[in-house]
Amino acid sequence: MSAPTIAGPPAPETQQRRVLTTKPSAQDITFVAASRSAAVSTLIIMGLIGVFLAIGAWPALKQQGFGFITESKWLPEAGTFGIASLLWGTFLIGLFALCVAVPIGFGAALFISEYAPRSLKKPLVTLVDLMAAVPSIIYALWGLFFLQGHLLEVARWISVHFGSFLPFFRVDVPDSPSSFTSSAFIAGIATGVVVLPTVTSIMREVFAQAPIGEREGAIALGATRWGMIRTVVIPFGRSGIVGGVMLGLGRALGETIVVYTIISPMFEFTTHPLQSGTNTIASHIAARYSESGGIALAGLLGAGLVLFLFTLVINTLAGVVVSRSRSGAATEI
Amino acid sequence: MSTTLTPESQSSGPEEADGPVLDRPIYTDVARTPRRTPAPRVRTGGVTPELVLHLVSAFAGSMALTWLVYERLVPVAGAMGFWLCWYVTFLVMLAAVSATTLDRMSVIDRVVGAVVTTCGLLLVGALVGIVVFTALRGKDALGHWNFYHQTTAFIGPDASLDQGGIYAAMIGTLEQVAISVAVSVPLGIATAVYLSEVRGKLARLVRSVVEAMSAVPTIVAGLFIYSMLILKFGQERSGFAASLALCVSMIPVVTTTAEVVLRLVPGGLREASLALGTTQWQTVRRVVLPTARPGLITAVLLGVARVIGETSPVLLVAGSTSELNYDPMHGPQLSLPLFVFNQMRLPLDEAIQRAFGAAVVLLVLVVFFFAMARILGGRPPGRLSRRQQRRLSGRFAAPTAEGTL
Repeated sequence: MSAPTIAGPPAPETQQRRVLTTKPSAQDITFVAASRSAAVSTLIIMGLIGVFLAIGAWPALKQQGFGFITESKWLPEAGTFGIASLLWGTFLIGLFALCVAVPIGFGAALFISEYAPRSLKKPLVTLVDLMAAVPSIIYALWGLFFLQGHLLEVARWISVHFGSFLPFFRVDVPDSPSSFTSSAFIAGIATGVVVLPTVTSIMREVFAQAPIGEREGAIALGATRWGMIRTVVIPFGRSGIVGGVMLGLGRALGETIVVYTIISPMFEFTTHPLQSGTNTIASHIAARYSESGGIALAGLLGAGLVLFLFTLVINTLAGVVVSRSRSGAATEI
Repeated sequence: MSTTLTPESQSSGPEEADGPVLDRPIYTDVARTPRRTPAPRVRTGGVTPELVLHLVSAFAGSMALTWLVYERLVPVAGAMGFWLCWYVTFLVMLAAVSATTLDRMSVIDRVVGAVVTTCGLLLVGALVGIVVFTALRGKDALGHWNFYHQTTAFIGPDASLDQGGIYAAMIGTLEQVAISVAVSVPLGIATAVYLSEVRGKLARLVRSVVEAMSAVPTIVAGLFIYSMLILKFGQERSGFAASLALCVSMIPVVTTTAEVVLRLVPGGLREASLALGTTQWQTVRRVVLPTARPGLITAVLLGVARVIGETSPVLLVAGSTSELNYDPMHGPQLSLPLFVFNQMRLPLDEAIQRAFGAAVVLLVLVVFFFAMARILGGRPPGRLSRRQQRRLSGRFAAPTAEGTL
């Protein structure tokens, strides 16, 4: 890049092409090497995460074999432990979180990009970013001391009215309010509020990029605002919607503190998410790390490895889907 | 975003007044005829008296009907159920009322508009609700001066709010965040410089890995530091280990934000600098980084706002204590999120009030860093603030008889 030296004899008659070569100065070599080593070091950190989790988890994985995935009990002292019930609980809470975050996030993203008055748009975008920056411990406080109390009656109502013909919503002792506390349902809704800003901001970003010409075309043909959104904004933003849902799921699966403070841990397959008791990988790690040693700790590291791989796959897929709809990287807060 | 032309910007705004003015030169003959009034404007948005009327009547009707059914006819109760039923009734009534003057498409449009607006309000309401709830529950603890300069080390969990405080937690947070800034800011910005200035095949790989890194669950970051530093290298749990765990979440935030900012630096500036015969390093140091400075500060502040409230990585590696520990390298160290977490799990009113008080402090810090990031990063790169303009004009102005301007 520096001081291009012109090689080759200057022969004006033969019209020979000038050959331009660059000889980087020592300064530049140092600069490129330094910045490259910084970039490589982030690669190394990511690699180390995987390697250290894998090394640490190896004894547990070797002992349990495939049973590590299929066993639902967690009894490291007895030699049988696995993450099946944890996986199921993680999935269940992720599902409830998406049930909250996706519809509201979709509507809120449409509101910000299409309906809100122009003067309100920027403050609303800032608000969503701020909401994403609020620490999850504060969501945990809110979920435990506010949301749980208000959701108990909702859970009971669903259980009473739908539990008779849908066993999914059935609860063992529907008369006692304590059988509805600390459930996958409540933890899932709270997690949904945590991932709501993530989902909203990705969808809004993609909606705002729907081409102006097509929008105006739809309006000029007499479409109502919803008609324009349905025929232009949503088709153009489809990949962003899918990507937003997946990134939201990725965050919901890894959410620790909110889930840990709300649920009461349990090591069974619960097919009754309204009932008290469930567990996720992340909250299980947070709950057990201090009392675990030896093979139990290896099991926790194995669970962490599975969670790491899961979120990695989901987020890579989401990244591919979203990047197909937008050029360049965007700020992720 | 701001350049997007939305339908309402066409229908409302200053153009409306221009309509008759533009008509005059074109329709000179027609314009003189008595039918001078232009055709009624098609409005695609905005608030009309009709819309207000429809909304108010649907609101009143649905309120009355739901109250009647809920409170007098059906033996059920519960605030949540009431509002859900009210909302459904409201939508139905809005559709019915709108159908008196509008066609089918417009009725659908209006109902969808109501639903979408509700989602927006829910989002705002959730954030406001969380902030207000935390502030209300925390205000008791915040009123005591000792809350800011004492620790909870030598008091019982049921001690009154006149004793104990978050001093140890604040010191811990300060030191841990400072260490993680010191580690991740140089690394993150250097990586961003590599991604945007050096480029190449490796840059693409690094970019996708950084994106993946931003999605690593924070508990996994904590677990990683735990298994590496504490299990493998036999270190004790300390504030330093906690700050390393925070780095795993901070590096991707700093890198992605900084890269976006560096990319916004106009290429012309780089080319102009290189054309003057500088090396690439000189270009980066003298042109690119100074131009992007406000954005880089934003990147750092957003990173701080992100990690200052991280609980789960700290939980695993910082150890548990309630004592004041100034030394981040040795011994367990408290931090604000950890303090909130420890106190909120005690089944005592005083402890929970302390948790909310510390949460308010945390929230204020996050909002402060976030607002600073927005204020400093609000300008596009290369645009100078008024103060910078004055300073530069002082430095580069031609000397006059009175001296420099």
